[in-house]
Amino acid sequence: MWTAARALAIRDLQLLLRRRGDALQPALFALLVVVLFALALGNEPATLSRVAAGTLWVAVLLAGLLTLDGLFRGDAEDGSLEQWMLAPVPLAWLVLVRVATHWAVTALPLLCVTPLLAELLGLPRAQLPVLMAGLALGTPLLGLLGAVVAALTIGIRRAGVLLALLALPLYIPVLVFGAGGVAAAAQGGDPWGGLLLLAAGLVAALVLAPLTAAAALRIALT
Amino acid sequence: MIASRDAAEPARLGDRDEPVLFRVRGLCFARNDRQVFGPLDFHVDTGEALLVQGGNGAGKTTLLRVLAGLLRADGGEIRLRGATPDVESRARAVAYLGHLPAQKADLSVSENLAFLAGLHGVRSGLDAASALGVVGLAGYEAVLARQLSAGQRKRLSLARLWMSPAPLWLLDEPYANLDLEGIALVNRMVDAQLRGGGAALVTTHGAYAAPPVRTRLLVLGADA
Repeated sequence: MWTAARALAIRDLQLLLRRRGDALQPALFALLVVVLFALALGNEPATLSRVAAGTLWVAVLLAGLLTLDGLFRGDAEDGSLEQWMLAPVPLAWLVLVRVATHWAVTALPLLCVTPLLAELLGLPRAQLPVLMAGLALGTPLLGLLGAVVAALTIGIRRAGVLLALLALPLYIPVLVFGAGGVAAAAQGGDPWGGLLLLAAGLVAALVLAPLTAAAALRIALT
Repeated sequence: MIASRDAAEPARLGDRDEPVLFRVRGLCFARNDRQVFGPLDFHVDTGEALLVQGGNGAGKTTLLRVLAGLLRADGGEIRLRGATPDVESRARAVAYLGHLPAQKADLSVSENLAFLAGLHGVRSGLDAASALGVVGLAGYEAVLARQLSAGQRKRLSLARLWMSPAPLWLLDEPYANLDLEGIALVNRMVDAQLRGGGAALVTTHGAYAAPPVRTRLLVLGADA
């Protein structure tokens, strides 16, 4: 079981090394979204810093959505997914490993540049820890929810827009609790409510999402 | 090189009292209410190869996918050593070589092989270097899969098959894309697999010579 997980994680990292540019794309995309917001909202620092947390959450969420279609599609097209199913380890376990490495190579770089983006938007420094904690809990949760949707749409050749239409409603609670936590902190309130709900959601998704996604993949491939 | 694997696992021949390795009764599969094949009854025991013949569209690939567990049969039963297998024990018993290569174009030959071997497990006493030697890809370890020809990609799939610890090989058109030497290679590999106590189901549309081993024939007709 660990051998298979390690083989899959190593493969994904090797693929990333071969296409290093791909790793930067989500972070660059988030940067562009932030810049777009800044340009559209005008050069009023007070306005910007008030919407900074919400903007960053939306930027991260959209950047994650962008990479979602690649989660299983490549493996479905070249037959790797068939071999996953024929491996003597549970498919859900391989899905979990895949989502985890996907998070590590797409969301982690994004998290690393978030303080920089927050500075660009003039987010009050005091709110940064809450924002980072929310994103650290929220991005894996988004990835797990997204994996279910990506698995459901794997049978559709060009699933881009449909994927977004299905995934975004599922993302709403994550956004509400994540951005809500920062907003509560900004008003001097207690941010723990939102963060704890995100943590609870993450625990539930860690168990349920791989099972659901694995079932969806099996259905899609038969 | 091929004989060495037989020597490594002499115990795999097993004793004759064991139930048949793989038995199928009344297996059928329909797609959109149209019968693709079946009902089929056959068995494959250790040391046997079953050649599945039939024209295009006869259901050869579908049959192999059902046997591998990628598709769910509509009726009938599959028994593995006398017991109905769960997903995991079937996965351990079966190595499937399909039409899709399951190779990443951006990874090298040895990286691709390492991933697939890690996923499926490796027969004891075998390593990637010797498997690549068997299929004639020695020296190609660092070449990216995208730079391989179709035949060489097939050989890489064969190397993965060679490393698999599964006793039953399901080979879907293993001769496709291979040159004469490659066809002989597949036959040698099947031969070694059978003599090592394994079994094989091989589909072919009938244009190639069968492996020179104990072979039985299952003919799927387009109207069956």
